[in-house]
Amino acid sequence: MTPVIEALMPMFVGAPLLVGGALLAVPRAHTLRSVLGMLSLLAMLAGAVTLVVLTADGTVLAHQIALWPGGVAIPFVADAFAALVLTVTAILAVVCFQYMIASGEAKSPSITSLVLILAGGVAGALLTGDLFNLFVFIEVILLPSYGLLVILSRRGDMNGSRLYVTVNLLASTLFLAGVGLIYAVEGTVNLAELAGAAVDNPATAVAAAVCLGAIAVKAAVFPVHGWLARTYTVTSPAVTALFSGLHTKVAIYVIYRIYAVVFDGDATWLIVALVITSLTMVIGVFGAMGEPTMRAILVFHMVSQIGYILVGVGLFTQLGLTAGIFYLLHHMIVKASLFLSTGAIEQTYGSGRLEDLGGLRTREPLITAAFGIAALSLAGLPPFSGFVAKFSLILATIDAGALAVGIVALAVSLFTLLSMMKIWAAVFNGKRPAHIEEQAAEARVRARDGLLDDEAVNAEEVAEEAAAAIERHDPPRGVSPGEEDPHDHRGTRIPLRLALPALQLAAITIGLGLGGELLLGLSETAAAGLLDTSAYVQAVIGR
Amino acid sequence: MSLALTIGILLAAGVYLVLQRGMIRIILGFVLLTHAVNLLIIAAGGVARRDAPFFGGDTSNAADALPQAFVLTAIVIAFSITVVMATFAVVGRRDDDTEPDSATPAELGDENEEVSR
Repeated sequence: MTPVIEALMPMFVGAPLLVGGALLAVPRAHTLRSVLGMLSLLAMLAGAVTLVVLTADGTVLAHQIALWPGGVAIPFVADAFAALVLTVTAILAVVCFQYMIASGEAKSPSITSLVLILAGGVAGALLTGDLFNLFVFIEVILLPSYGLLVILSRRGDMNGSRLYVTVNLLASTLFLAGVGLIYAVEGTVNLAELAGAAVDNPATAVAAAVCLGAIAVKAAVFPVHGWLARTYTVTSPAVTALFSGLHTKVAIYVIYRIYAVVFDGDATWLIVALVITSLTMVIGVFGAMGEPTMRAILVFHMVSQIGYILVGVGLFTQLGLTAGIFYLLHHMIVKASLFLSTGAIEQTYGSGRLEDLGGLRTREPLITAAFGIAALSLAGLPPFSGFVAKFSLILATIDAGALAVGIVALAVSLFTLLSMMKIWAAVFNGKRPAHIEEQAAEARVRARDGLLDDEAVNAEEVAEEAAAAIERHDPPRGVSPGEEDPHDHRGTRIPLRLALPALQLAAITIGLGLGGELLLGLSETAAAGLLDTSAYVQAVIGR
Repeated sequence: MSLALTIGILLAAGVYLVLQRGMIRIILGFVLLTHAVNLLIIAAGGVARRDAPFFGGDTSNAADALPQAFVLTAIVIAFSITVVMATFAVVGRRDDDTEPDSATPAELGDENEEVSR
């Protein structure tokens, strides 16, 4: 059974690419594309779960592409770490695609294909055991991302997209240079053959550090985090959620993997990693303070949380890595949930600015619940998964004697909570602004007519649409029209199908919080695989 | 040595162009940067100490094929991304930061100063 599964591992990449390409041939069949796209992503999820089950005991699955001997072939490797990240990636791809279908974005002819190619590229980057192949898969991830960013940005300006492509190309070029340097020193780019190479040879360490530096740009680690907030905010919320779960997190996965295998967890450089991660935590959370929109606040928190996740690799103890991996998986789910719940608000009410929103608590119980759960989980309160993640991470810092990092992590949590309360106070509490109905109506008119954000919209049409929305819902509890009422339920509401994706992810974070034992156990196996890479090397090159 | 010098010159020119403001210059800068990196990979194959693989050369000392395969792949990827970037440079409104805003000559002068600084 296992050899068959091993031989099928390349299909994680091949199947989405093939289906994605084939779907471009049916530009008119929206439903067919959505159904096939969703089925492919669900199949990927099923495959990823199978990998988790097979690797849960610490087994490493490896397949040599085209059955060339180990060391010559490009290997595909799945250990517990790769399988876990792949599973969460597949969950996010499914949920974000579900949101795109709900919001109508998936109707655009190329979107389904782009999402599938993106998912295939991510699977390849997670499973490949070859550094040059990794570079190729990072490009496979990036190319559809450029497309998604532009097609769904719905704005006239290209600033964010241009910045995004420039930054990522620079990082990729630097990564490629690092791979070239590693080949120059070691004569191989096979990760398993490079095991421990950076400890033995300082030249390899420098070459691998070039790779790590390049990947750090993609992971948005301080001081190279600045591009994130200016690019993730310009596109559709579903794309932001998808990117937040896939791009930066793949980069984090690569940092964990390269440091564990090539550097063998060399303790010399860990202090550098701890300083950088602490600064990332602090800068990210302070960056969020002055931001005027929900999404920009969340993106800066992403930077801060990336700091938390990388503390795991900075400690490089069994407990630290376990906590870091758990944090990574928890964060992917929670962040996507937040982006999707605020995204549903943004798309329905026509603005993500804090000052343009208010009083949604009584009006949108589902979204309020989804946001509340995910926000508390992000801040690290029990009983959600964030508590398990943060608690184990802080225990790990104390255990490793890095008390200062633990204190920074705790303090930053407080500020995270403050930021979440700021969104809560401005968007969910308080009074609904008077112009919210016109704003929502304008968003609907724009979506209907396919107008960009900076194109003029017909004022009469908007007024009609706003009046119609108020007509559609009968005033509850006998409130007469026009009367000042904080619980006025007339007018625009977020459709259930837009609220569901965020709720599903919020349910997962509750599950991971209450039943954290299971995932912690799996993370422990994954961490053990990173601490002792002999099983990985054995599976790939047989020694 | 000539390879190292070429890489250095390409890299310097590429970095200079990437730091410019216009999108087209940035694209050209990236073209030069990727050329530099491709040559770096070729150099990683040890060109100085290896022979041609055909026509009577010593096979035990034949040129390393792997870096050449790397470069071939990298060229294709770089080409496709250059096309994407070129598209980004021409579509969309002229509301980006890559050109100075159209303004009165006096203000324009200020901006040029800022750029040169």
